[in-house]
Amino acid sequence: MLGGECPKPCKGKWPTPPFDPRFPNQNQTRNCYQNFLDYHRCIKTMNRRGKSTQPCEYYFRVYHSLCPISWVQRWKEQIKDGTFAGKI
Amino acid sequence: MAYPMQLGLQDATSPIMEELLHFHDHTLMIVFLISSLVLYIISLMLTTKLTHTSTMDAQEVETVWTILPAIILIMIALPSLRILYMMDEINNPSLTVKTMGHQWYWSYEYTDYEDLSFDSYMIPTSELKPGELRLLEVDNRVVLPMEMTIRMLISSEDVLHSWAVPSLGLKTDAIPGRLNQTTLMSTRPGLFYGQCSEICGSNHSFMPIVLELVPLKYFEKWSASML
Repeated sequence: MLGGECPKPCKGKWPTPPFDPRFPNQNQTRNCYQNFLDYHRCIKTMNRRGKSTQPCEYYFRVYHSLCPISWVQRWKEQIKDGTFAGKI
Repeated sequence: MAYPMQLGLQDATSPIMEELLHFHDHTLMIVFLISSLVLYIISLMLTTKLTHTSTMDAQEVETVWTILPAIILIMIALPSLRILYMMDEINNPSLTVKTMGHQWYWSYEYTDYEDLSFDSYMIPTSELKPGELRLLEVDNRVVLPMEMTIRMLISSEDVLHSWAVPSLGLKTDAIPGRLNQTTLMSTRPGLFYGQCSEICGSNHSFMPIVLELVPLKYFEKWSASML
């Protein structure tokens, strides 16, 4: 049961986000935020080019595992309201 | 957990804590030896009738009591740094669990696969069952698989808190707006207790942490039942 669907090119089940050398230290705030941004940017770009958004699933998996649920909800609200501070 | 008349640290449940325990024994022994030596020398000085009023220089003893403390400090520093670097080793976690501090309870989120989240409140003293620990038990324990490396991400929804489990050698501050990472690895199953370790208001002493470490199969069964 441990692990859900693994986004390509991974084989087998999604365990948990791997070590990211861009964020090697204790403060993982940016790791969560960067993957959240990357996911939305990826979706926007793939949709604009009319391509499948399947490769964006990796970023979704990472931010979904790392980011607190309340943060994601708040950011989604802000995106909906147009008040999100990040560049997507 | 802590027990009455406890003198030292709690039994270690993780490899890092084992190292810390041994390091503490090593350093405390040095401290006791130096303290008893100094105490002994003071007692000698206070109980002697001999006097010496013409000391001019004491090069030899001065050299000894400079070199020897330097050696002792190095003997403390080397194991200390070894453990410090050991704590920073890159490991590949198998599971990520988030914990958010609130006034005055912890909430836990397991979102690697499905969204599982719950709150963990202290059980009030009046509602304790016989044998349960006062100010330490919670309604929903944090169930985790044993012998697996787990990434813990700690933050807060309001004020500063700190998520601490002494037997695993863990204490990480919960800071609003920041996501702090620590690594958890238990060598054995069991219940491991901790308490909030950063003053956070009136009920700071009443928001404990209880980890329930179980074999992987039980963890999977539990997480399926919690969804």
